[in-house]
Amino acid sequence: MIEFRHAIIEALADELAADPSVFLLGEDVAAAGGVFKTTEGLLERFGPDRVIDTPISELAMTGAAFGSALMGRRPVLEIMFGDFMALSMDSLINQSAKWRFLSNDQVTVPLTVRTAVGAGGRFGAIHSQNPGTWLHNVAGISIVAPSTPGDAYGLLRSAVQADHPVLFLEHKRLFSMKGELDRGLVELGTAAVVREGADLTMVSMMKGVHDALQAADVLAAEGTDVEVIDLRSLRPLDLETVVRSVEKTGRIVCVEEGPVTGGWAAGLVGQLAAQALDLLEDATIVSAPDLPVPFSPTLEDAWLPGVERIVAHVRARLAGV
Amino acid sequence: MLLRAHADMYAIRRFEEHIMRLFLRGEIAGTTHLCNGQEAVCVGLGYALDEDDVVAGTYRGHGHILARGSEELRLAAELLGRVDGLCGGRAGSLNVFDPTRNYIGSFAIIGGSIGAATGAALALKGTGRVAVADFGDGTTNQGYFFECLNFAKVYDLPLVFSLENNGYMEYTPIGNVTARPDDLAGRAEAFGIETERVDGMDVRAVYEASLRAVERARAGEGPQFLEYRTYRFVGHSRSDPGDYRPEGELERWQERDPLTLSRRALTDELGTPDEDIAAREQEVDERLERAIDAALASPFPTPEELEVLS
Ligand SMILES: Cc1ncc(C[n+]2csc(CCOP(=O)(O)OP(=O)(O)O)c2C)c(N)n1
Ligand SMILES: [Mg+2]
Repeated sequence: MIEFRHAIIEALADELAADPSVFLLGEDVAAAGGVFKTTEGLLERFGPDRVIDTPISELAMTGAAFGSALMGRRPVLEIMFGDFMALSMDSLINQSAKWRFLSNDQVTVPLTVRTAVGAGGRFGAIHSQNPGTWLHNVAGISIVAPSTPGDAYGLLRSAVQADHPVLFLEHKRLFSMKGELDRGLVELGTAAVVREGADLTMVSMMKGVHDALQAADVLAAEGTDVEVIDLRSLRPLDLETVVRSVEKTGRIVCVEEGPVTGGWAAGLVGQLAAQALDLLEDATIVSAPDLPVPFSPTLEDAWLPGVERIVAHVRARLAGV
Repeated sequence: MLLRAHADMYAIRRFEEHIMRLFLRGEIAGTTHLCNGQEAVCVGLGYALDEDDVVAGTYRGHGHILARGSEELRLAAELLGRVDGLCGGRAGSLNVFDPTRNYIGSFAIIGGSIGAATGAALALKGTGRVAVADFGDGTTNQGYFFECLNFAKVYDLPLVFSLENNGYMEYTPIGNVTARPDDLAGRAEAFGIETERVDGMDVRAVYEASLRAVERARAGEGPQFLEYRTYRFVGHSRSDPGDYRPEGELERWQERDPLTLSRRALTDELGTPDEDIAAREQEVDERLERAIDAALASPFPTPEELEVLS
């Protein structure tokens, strides 16, 4: 068993060792080993040319990562909190995501951006967001988000090896979670059925997958057999795995830690309806309200789509309320 | 006035110590950034401002909020996530602010305070009021910083840049990742902005330099830049023991603790009796005990609040 954060260190170490063009950059990533301790020991192993402490200059960092990728390097950029991605957006959206297409495939942009996301840690409105959805509408960037240490390892290695920009999301409440590490790679754009069930399909990502699994346990005791899918990737989207599940269950509930407006769940349900409306008896979303993440523990807990809300929601849907 | 300044700095120090204790007791969750060691900047700058001047601060903002005159009870209640908090518990330590005291934000994004203060100064131009942008040394590498220096100068804004140079970003010394780290004020000079380098541990030096800068800005002489040399006596945030500091550095700075300096000046230069100082400190201690107790007695907001809003 290995902690989620150590799986990230392992994946980074293996990529640094395997490919001399890989390098890491970010604030406090080298000497301090990262504020979430996800790069600990890498400076000592790979040296200051490959593990670089940067100034607090997100625009320069992201622009420089892009430029170095054009030169054939494989930058892995850490943006400390997902919220700070707002400062990286121009370079990512208007340059990294577009350059390969605009060049008529003459150049590639093998850039990985890692960032810590998610609410529940009492960090308030500006240290708790999920920037994955901000970039969801930008063609040219993959967005992946693991829920287990094994997937963190496998997805991160695939991200670094990819020849296009990948945003890799690390949920803060998963860093200390333990799981198996088999060092297998996970292909970008593949969802995983993490619990089989016949009555209802529940789709989530990151911390939400664990909430969904817990809710499924509660519901199983009441005779409801829930299938849980870990989407793992927003782009490419593995709609096929979701459709296959809904063929069986006819019902889908998406659990999203974020507002429903412009969120991934609304997009998924929309795509599902556009492609397979006849399969759907019911399609709903458990999300956060359309509000920033509040600080106060009572408010933040109410903001989050926790296990209790998921269970209550499913009960109500099945009862036809 | 020095005795009052001493008491106000002492109150900020004790307030931060209370907050640290509440964290360790599990009463406050998440994280917080304390300003122990930097109180002279909060108080000296605060005294140089009028009530209707505007301050934009950072996540390390408790001291500046108190220096604006916000209630200790309501600040503590905010950090505890209670309804009586300055923001009803919605903002917390990282983002708490008090618009009623013209403290327009604790910006959790590095550089955000500079952008906001620049805009405030744009709005205040010609009114005789000034805006202050408070930020740290690490922030001088951020785009906001350079862009706003130019912006403020071009439009001759009544803006005071208040750089609290405590030598560190989070865990990285500023010198490791900064060109000419010993001359951060020089960056502003390159834009033709008037600058002053100030001993940020000496509340009188801070006050005098701040007053000069604020008055120049008020008189329509355009943006001013102050670099206060200071030091934080605690880790960057709650979870940081600060063990990246070279041995002896903290102790050297603690010899110039703003409270030690003000106490020494009171007794040696002004002949203030020790009992008078002790009495003022005791007053503060008792007031803070009451404020913290009252904050702890304040209820948590109820979740229905979110349903109403969304
Ligand atoms: C845009 C952005 N990048 C990174 C951070 C994370 N961060 C918070 S405080 C800090 C260090 C800031 O150093 P400095 O400006 O010197 O202020 P100090 O903390 O010393 O008061 C960093 C990097 C952030 N909040 N916002
Ligand atoms: Mg600093």
